[in-house]
Amino acid sequence: MNFNFTEEQQEFRLVLRRFLEDKSPTTEVRRLMETDEGCDPEVWRQVCQDLGLTGVHIPEAYGGQGFGFVELGIVLEEMGRALLCAPYFASTVLAATTILNAGTEEQKVTYLPPIAAGDVIATLAFTEDNGRWDNEGVEMTATASGDGTSGDSYTLNGTKSFVLDGATASQIVVLARKPGSTGDVGLSLFMVAADADGLGRRKLKSMDPTRKLARLEFKNVSAALIGEEGGAAVPFARTIDQAAVCLANEMVGGADKLRETAVDYTLLRVQFGRAIGSFQAIKHKAADMLLEVESAKSAAYYAAEALDDDTEDWPAVASLAKACASDTYMQTAIVTTQMHGGIGFTWDNDTHLWFKRAKSSEAFLGDSHHHRELMMQRWQD
Amino acid sequence: MTEQTEGEIRSEVRAWLEANWDSNLGLVEWRLKLADSGWGVPTWPTEWYGKGLSDGMGRMIDEEFERAGAVTVARTGIRNLAAATILAHGSTMHKEKFLLRILTGEDSWCQLFSEPGSGSDLAGATTRADMKGNKWIVNGQKVWTTSAHHAQYGLLLARTDWDVAKHKGLSYFILDIEQDGVDVQPLRQMNGHASFNQVFFTDAVIEPEFLVSELGDGWKVATTTLMNERRGADGLRKYAKATEQPGRAYAEEAEEIAHQLEPYKWYPQRAGRVDLVIQRARETGKLDDPTVRQEIAKLLTLSKTTQWTAMRARAAQEQGGPPGPEGSLGKLSASNVARKAALVHTMLSGADAMLTGDDSPLEGVIAEILVSTPATSIAGGTDEIQKNIISERVLKLPKETRFDTDRPFREVPRNIVE
Repeated sequence: MNFNFTEEQQEFRLVLRRFLEDKSPTTEVRRLMETDEGCDPEVWRQVCQDLGLTGVHIPEAYGGQGFGFVELGIVLEEMGRALLCAPYFASTVLAATTILNAGTEEQKVTYLPPIAAGDVIATLAFTEDNGRWDNEGVEMTATASGDGTSGDSYTLNGTKSFVLDGATASQIVVLARKPGSTGDVGLSLFMVAADADGLGRRKLKSMDPTRKLARLEFKNVSAALIGEEGGAAVPFARTIDQAAVCLANEMVGGADKLRETAVDYTLLRVQFGRAIGSFQAIKHKAADMLLEVESAKSAAYYAAEALDDDTEDWPAVASLAKACASDTYMQTAIVTTQMHGGIGFTWDNDTHLWFKRAKSSEAFLGDSHHHRELMMQRWQD
Repeated sequence: MTEQTEGEIRSEVRAWLEANWDSNLGLVEWRLKLADSGWGVPTWPTEWYGKGLSDGMGRMIDEEFERAGAVTVARTGIRNLAAATILAHGSTMHKEKFLLRILTGEDSWCQLFSEPGSGSDLAGATTRADMKGNKWIVNGQKVWTTSAHHAQYGLLLARTDWDVAKHKGLSYFILDIEQDGVDVQPLRQMNGHASFNQVFFTDAVIEPEFLVSELGDGWKVATTTLMNERRGADGLRKYAKATEQPGRAYAEEAEEIAHQLEPYKWYPQRAGRVDLVIQRARETGKLDDPTVRQEIAKLLTLSKTTQWTAMRARAAQEQGGPPGPEGSLGKLSASNVARKAALVHTMLSGADAMLTGDDSPLEGVIAEILVSTPATSIAGGTDEIQKNIISERVLKLPKETRFDTDRPFREVPRNIVE
């Protein structure tokens, strides 16, 4: 671990920050969050084609940039900071990473280049109405139509919920199980076209309007297997841990931005004849926030690097980073609202945009209690 | 700075250690060699026993010493703070007289800053130094003085002018502790130990050449000492490990460490002993309790992120620059760890948390954790002061309105000390 970004990585971050400050000011966030698509097509084209961000961690052989999770983490941190409205997490983080972990060579060659180029927006549908983030919660069934040999087609039945950008994605990677199987056994991944017969999609009313969620109903939907039949448990678990690291990095970007806006505001706001930032009651909160956000950043950065180095403890660190980011982002949002006083509770003030992202991110992929328990299990043995 | 690469320096120090390190040398004899060669304090300037290398190179050289099992220059106690301050602000005479004996460990030092009436507000010191007959005559009282009972010299912050603003009237001296006008008394803490002293001055004498920097520069010089203290350069935690191998140098070093650190045996406990938590949870059968597991995980998260943030700060510092306010984040973070650790240890101990001494678990270590952790958020600058520093220096928030800097110190309201 070198605990420091290289000059190239810092330069990359600067380029992204400038781009996102320009393309994703809160006026744009507010405009896009009211739309069903939740994304500006021209900005998305630039993200994909001009900056190549959709393929940042996808190997060059599959049309990507061939970087690692540290670079992907930088992208996410900056997008989290700017609250970019785009299907990036769904397509690049969840769907592409699943295919990288589970797919055959042929499937990677087929599915990844369009995702890397941004021509296809994909997502991963794994959670169901029970809201569980692990494979134990999977009830959706996949029935093979043939005699069980490769090349069979499969039929999916059941419901997926809390699917990120599930109403707008054109390809959906689905986790389902062999009828009658439980736990890690019998799980497989499938690719489903969004316009497949029997697939019903309903956009959910998400509290965070910048993070679109959908509920998908599958009635005899035909699907193509990804990877090995019954072999999805390991690559899926790996994907979720990797996604947790990515989300932690996205979250610390938002938390850091909130922290800055809070401090800026306390310098502007005058009460009792002085800037409220001169009161120790406020200053001490600001110092605590800085410590918490910097700690969560350390965890997120460390986790991304551990993942790239494939250290033995990276899954434990992934859970630590997600738990830490969940608590920190939410706490920072609460304190930022508090430091703004009454205006912080208004719709016109931008704080609630990050507050809601903090809330949805807190729960997404498992809350801090869930991840602390995972961390304990992973570090104990 | 040198043009040499890390690899070149590494092989150079390795070769030098191979040729020179001998565990049968006397401790002082060996350290004199270290001082001569520059390898003892490679980050110091070349004209003063060093090689002018970066902190990063210094750590690399430390690794080589560890590899060779070679004893280092004396690093325990306040002497490092004294050395850093003298290097930055001392006269040539000070450097000649003191630096070498700091490195050899022949002299011990203490820091005479805090007073009963000025803790967080150090600049409110009222210990006075008055020029009488071409000597400084010192009267007053210091407190929380580490190691004063076996120190030869003290770093003294004293008031030399009462008619200017508080920070401007302070001067910084090197005081000879072993004189009649200095009385050192132990100070007992809530955990029963007496690791610190109270020092009383009654017409103690300082020769004029032992003023450090200019008259009235005391606050500026003290800031250097404090910055190094916040970086943990007092070495009380880091270098407290003796080598249990035969050899005269090892034996003498072990004796030095034992002597120096005896009053601080409880220091690991004040940090919270996070290292004991999983073992204790297993022993008490609480490792499967979901509530306990959550609290342990929170503690481990605090502890790990504290380490990682320190490493990030260090990596940033290696890119150049003097110790900055980022040192203050680590101290605040360590307080959070210590407080949380005390909570977790209490949770794990249950009713045993009511006991002390050898009736308390782990031969009293648990009780010592529970009554020592409050020191972490007070010693070396309270959490509240750390937060002021962070918010003012890092976040650039305005200072609170003050009532003590706009008038002569004589007119500033202050504590009445009996």
